[in-house]
Amino acid sequence: MDFLTVLQILDSTIRLATPLLLACLAGLWSERAGIFDIGLEGKMLAAAFFSAAVAYTSGNVWIGLLAGIAASMALSGVHGVASITFRGNQLISGVAINFLAAGLTVVVAQTWFQQGGRTPQLPPEARFSNIELPGAVTRIRDIAQQGPFGQFYSELISGHSIIVYMALVIVPLTWWVLYRTRFGLRLRAVGENPAAVDTAGISVVGLRFAAVAICGVLCGLAGAYLATALNAGFVKDMSAGRGFIALAALIFAKWRPWYALSACLLFGFFDAVGNRFQNIQLGEFVVPVQFMQALPYILVVIVLAGLVGRAIPPRAGGEPYVKER
Amino acid sequence: MDRMPKWADVILIPLLSVVLALIASGVVVALIGENPVEAMAIMVRGAFGSAYGWGYTLFYATNFIFTGLAVAVAFHARLFNIGGEGQAALGGLGVAVLMLSVGWPHWTVALLAATLGSALFGAAWAAIPAYLQAKRGSHVVITTIMFNFIASALLVYLLVNVFRVPGSMSPETATFAEATHLPNAAQFAGFLGFRSSTPLNVTIFVALAACVAVWLLVWRTRLGYQIRAFGHSERAAVYAGINPVRITMITMLISGALAGMMAINSVMGEAERLVIDFVAGAGFVGIAVALMGRSHPIGVFLAALLFGALYQGGAELQFEMPAISREMVVVIQALVILFAGALDNMVRMPLESLFLSLRRRRDAADTPAE
Repeated sequence: MDFLTVLQILDSTIRLATPLLLACLAGLWSERAGIFDIGLEGKMLAAAFFSAAVAYTSGNVWIGLLAGIAASMALSGVHGVASITFRGNQLISGVAINFLAAGLTVVVAQTWFQQGGRTPQLPPEARFSNIELPGAVTRIRDIAQQGPFGQFYSELISGHSIIVYMALVIVPLTWWVLYRTRFGLRLRAVGENPAAVDTAGISVVGLRFAAVAICGVLCGLAGAYLATALNAGFVKDMSAGRGFIALAALIFAKWRPWYALSACLLFGFFDAVGNRFQNIQLGEFVVPVQFMQALPYILVVIVLAGLVGRAIPPRAGGEPYVKER
Repeated sequence: MDRMPKWADVILIPLLSVVLALIASGVVVALIGENPVEAMAIMVRGAFGSAYGWGYTLFYATNFIFTGLAVAVAFHARLFNIGGEGQAALGGLGVAVLMLSVGWPHWTVALLAATLGSALFGAAWAAIPAYLQAKRGSHVVITTIMFNFIASALLVYLLVNVFRVPGSMSPETATFAEATHLPNAAQFAGFLGFRSSTPLNVTIFVALAACVAVWLLVWRTRLGYQIRAFGHSERAAVYAGINPVRITMITMLISGALAGMMAINSVMGEAERLVIDFVAGAGFVGIAVALMGRSHPIGVFLAALLFGALYQGGAELQFEMPAISREMVVVIQALVILFAGALDNMVRMPLESLFLSLRRRRDAADTPAE
């Protein structure tokens, strides 16, 4: 395996890690405020469909992105009303949102496009194109002729869509807001000890709704990336468990932004390897395709079981807050 | 003192939740541009209007009783088993292995073996997430979902590479031997008008027996008491000498076994061979069924019947209103989970205050004026 092949695998690692990272950060915001969210998957899926559908109809990917974010935030609103206002079970609400998205996207897609629950192939202007950084070459033949640094720059650093770079900026931003601003301190406090926050005269409900809304925006970005950057259109169930892998990454990262980045890159790498090596031959034995497809999920279980150690979630996570009267 | 009479808690609230979910689904249908009342009529007619419809409704309901009981048992220990889909797939594998490898003399023996086999395989698939939850604290919700994906890949691999009939293109096993074919409703209830093509088979009696068994287990045995105690308060249970690892493991194994037993109905009873993707979402429907049925076997039975009707009615609906996709059933299922599960308090809070004010008024009327 030469240097360029390694770079290509790492390049697709970044591509595949981006939706995981955005969803993982979405979960981080929500869970840090004490709202567990296993509906990340559904929100991504809804955002993927509505961004692709609106981008196709309007011919503008940015309007599509806004529609995707709006869809994801609407589901976030449902989750917020169920788990904050009505103090329902957050896991059950998340499951409901996943099914709602899985069903509604196909039902609406069938009504709008009559293509068996998918959107038409998106034309280039309805997709996020790759950004070529200055000085980078794009054609694979040109890249191969460059030196190691040039290959690294052109293949790995340059040539991603804007959302990839946005996701990478959101990591330090999340860290800064959570650990260096008053809002972040309060938000973390509301996930650990909401009664204390309430006593200080700050609205627990307001903070939690804010966290859930941020979660919606980030899931919207993740979904739009899936349908308008990574792929060219929506297909049924295209999120393929990424929302759950993002949750596993969040636990692996112990609810911290920078660790979330590394965890998502790791899971993205599993995905990239599984995609690239569909048939590995070990002597006489050919590793089956299905095993390589299942590999990311197997590794998630192994990581959760073996490598995490003690992961302590935010203390008030999953518990609805009841003001004592 | 209870805030509400028991009948309101057990019957009225689930009923109102379902009505709300159906109204919301009606809104979705209307937004698509179809008539929701007409759609509802087609579904009811499709599900209950003929022996043909009843056959499919009860066949689906049998599946959902198993997966619903699986989720319900886990709920009693406050474990959320979303892995019914994978556990049922493995249950199918267990049935297929037993049916293809042994020459069974009669369907009764074969049914007994299939029950044990499917339960064993389903339980085995739940064992690893259970162990990881109990020992390592890996959340069972995430691990069971991962195991669903792994099970589906495993099944594809085995059907394509191991069990496929030589020369055949379709990824499925050979048809099971004639002697193992379960009697269908035409044979044991032909007088009700069931034809020989109906998928409804004797497995429905296994499902009903499972309902009784789960009721006995949860409310009439020491183990059931421990499961419920653990579900109400883990710390109190530990204080009372209940071993959390043991209860987590046993509960998940029972849950996995019940989910696996769904395969008797689909694999042995209907298809009579193992086909790809035979579970078709039944594992997930179990969640909605358990929530609506309040984790009680009678409730699970009734909720399974409702979802059986939705599935069969949904198939007819797609036939008569092509604009409505089959996934509409998933939407309804999601809305039932949302209203009966997560938004429970939305129905409960106003009802509670209604019953409180009613009682106050009655108490005030009963007290003689000073």
